[in-house]
Amino acid sequence: MVPLPYYLILSAILFACGVAGFLFKRNIITIFMCIELMLNAVNLAFIAFSTHWGQLSGHVFVFFVMVVAAAEAAVGLAIIIAVFRTRETLNVDRVNLLKL
Amino acid sequence: MNLNLWLIPVLPLVGAAINGLFGRRFSNKLVSAIALASTGLSFAYTLFVTARFFSLPADRIPHIEHYATWIRTGAFEVPFAAQLDQLSLVMLLVVTGVGFLIHVYSVGYMAHEGGYYRFFSYLNLFMFFMLVLVLANNYLLMFVGWEGVGLASYLLIGFYFTKDSAASAGKKAFITNRVGDFGFLIALFLLVKHFGTLEYGRVFEQVSGMPVEASAGLLTAIAILMMVGAAGKSAQIPLYVWLPDAMEGPTPVSALIHAATMVTAGVYMVARSNPIFFRSPEALALVAIIGAITAIFAASIGFTQNDIKRVLAYSTISQLGYMFLACGVAAFSAGIFHLMTHAFFKALLFLSAGSVIHALGGEQDMRNMGGLRTKIPRTFWVMTAGVLAIAGTPGLSGFFSKDQILWKAWASPHGGKLLWLIAVFTAFMTSFYMFRLWFMTFFNEHRGAKSDKREEPVHGGPADHRAAHANPHGHGHGSHGIHESPWVMIAPLVILAVLSVVGGYVGVPHALGGHNQFDQFLAPVFKFSAEAMPAGEHPASPAEGAAQHAAAAHEDEILMERLFTGISIGVAALGFLLAWLLYVKRRDLPGRITEALGGLYTAVRNKYYVDELYNAAIIQPIIQGSSRWLWRGIDTNVIDRTIDNGAGGAQGISDAVRRMQSGNIRSYAGWVALGAACIVAYMIWMGVK
Repeated sequence: MVPLPYYLILSAILFACGVAGFLFKRNIITIFMCIELMLNAVNLAFIAFSTHWGQLSGHVFVFFVMVVAAAEAAVGLAIIIAVFRTRETLNVDRVNLLKL
Repeated sequence: MNLNLWLIPVLPLVGAAINGLFGRRFSNKLVSAIALASTGLSFAYTLFVTARFFSLPADRIPHIEHYATWIRTGAFEVPFAAQLDQLSLVMLLVVTGVGFLIHVYSVGYMAHEGGYYRFFSYLNLFMFFMLVLVLANNYLLMFVGWEGVGLASYLLIGFYFTKDSAASAGKKAFITNRVGDFGFLIALFLLVKHFGTLEYGRVFEQVSGMPVEASAGLLTAIAILMMVGAAGKSAQIPLYVWLPDAMEGPTPVSALIHAATMVTAGVYMVARSNPIFFRSPEALALVAIIGAITAIFAASIGFTQNDIKRVLAYSTISQLGYMFLACGVAAFSAGIFHLMTHAFFKALLFLSAGSVIHALGGEQDMRNMGGLRTKIPRTFWVMTAGVLAIAGTPGLSGFFSKDQILWKAWASPHGGKLLWLIAVFTAFMTSFYMFRLWFMTFFNEHRGAKSDKREEPVHGGPADHRAAHANPHGHGHGSHGIHESPWVMIAPLVILAVLSVVGGYVGVPHALGGHNQFDQFLAPVFKFSAEAMPAGEHPASPAEGAAQHAAAAHEDEILMERLFTGISIGVAALGFLLAWLLYVKRRDLPGRITEALGGLYTAVRNKYYVDELYNAAIIQPIIQGSSRWLWRGIDTNVIDRTIDNGAGGAQGISDAVRRMQSGNIRSYAGWVALGAACIVAYMIWMGVK
């Protein structure tokens, strides 16, 4: 059996990748995927803890996160399509009309 | 028995509401019909109530009608309730009766004025509040009426509000009254604190049940504070300054509010609170002294005034001083008696003066009058009745009431020789200045240059209109020369003249062969103050003395009283003779006398510079203080700066913070990540700790 810290380290690496991508990528779809990556990194940590402590609540949380992620994907993709239709670009640096 | 007393004040209120809300669209006839109907019905109903009142059994008086509860907190309760007893009945009759007559007169007097409906609406509103004041069965409801008549007075003094002097006279009256009301209000607080109620009956019961040593200070404080309120409303020293200026209002207003009714509210209040005052000899003495000083002080100013309405205004202040003097020597019924006769003759004098002013097309300066006896004979005769009544001509109303006050000032245990001396001298002065007014107005040749021009009918609408507006007492039709007033104005004068002549016969004293029914009628109201002084007519009768002794003393008393009556007739005649000498026989004398008096005359002429003194001592410090300290100091430097700096600070912070709002999504993402990192860092730090 793989010990708990391994999972957590993997989860942290994945999460850090997600954050890095979220902060530095310009393509809106990539950013979106990075968010999914962060969510799944958290999911991994939940499952690891759940198994380690022998409790089911971690699983329940994971399902919640999945549901939210699915809903987010639906809404987020729709927004991306709408943005692309009007701005003809997926570069977030060009989506900057809302400012002072 | 239900007398439906609420109808008496509510009827004028309905009239005021109809005229005030819809009067603008009504014709003048309809407005006057509504105003007259409401006050006339109120008067008629008062007569009906009077008739029923006499069939009430003595133990049912005061008759109290409870309509609703106004305030209830714990044990303290203030009801909407009316109280009818002898005192309020007299006041009701005076207010509704004189009020109705003055309404009738106003129909003629105000016929050509703008704002006709407004005038009658205010006048009816005044009637409502005055009747509430008189009918209330507790001090708080009385205070409502008290403030309400102040409001009506303010509105009516400032009736010609486009004229600056009228607007400021209204403000002066209102603000001066606030000073008095402050005292009255504190007196009410003390009553609530110590007696837990404001209803007359309960307060007086507790007051008369209090042990003397426990109550003296408290009752003196309450009584003096009440007197402060009364001094404001009834124009006594030191708060009398508003009344002469109040003559800026239309003359019927001066007659109704500033002579006959509202200004007597203070006397009514003192008489109503007689159990409280009676328990405090110090407060009584103060009331008497204020009354006496005011009487002589105002009378002396009356010597030098040339505006016919101002002479009457100072005369009113002086006569009110008499009423307070009477109350101050615990002769409350004499005070109320004089209140009633004064209401008759002073309303008559003011309305006659209004008729004179009307006849002369707005002229108020007596130096420009004269010789009017033959030109406006009806006005002359009714005014003569008023002058004779106030001067104390034997047999007329003012004679009986004033004589009673003079006698009580001497004979009452609360009186004194000095008070009597002041009062007698004031009687002489009253007689003098009233006959001066009479001679200057009606005798000799006519001195008015203006009216000669007016002999030629002046036509041309707009100019005439403007003239009528420029002079508030002017009348559009005043351009036909001197003319007698219409009957709608003369008729009330005749009725008031009759009342001024015969009104005194309800209170003929024993010494003159009467029974003083008025005094006996009012006696139940003043029963708390009569206990210590049985049979008010002969207070000096020794308690231990035998019946014979007492009778002998009584004989002496009567002789004394007759002697005093003789003295007061003498001073009245002296006043008449002096006025005749100075203003008919030797008309060069007044000028020489004033020259000889020099500075003194100038001082009196300028009303002893009291207005200037108040201005320098009170008004200017307030204005300076508020503009320097409150405006420039506190408002500009503290409040404004706090607000300005607060706003500036918020702006600065916002300026710094708004740079976060760059529109760059990745920078937003960076802020989110930073925030999350901070939270995580905090949690870790807390966990380690």
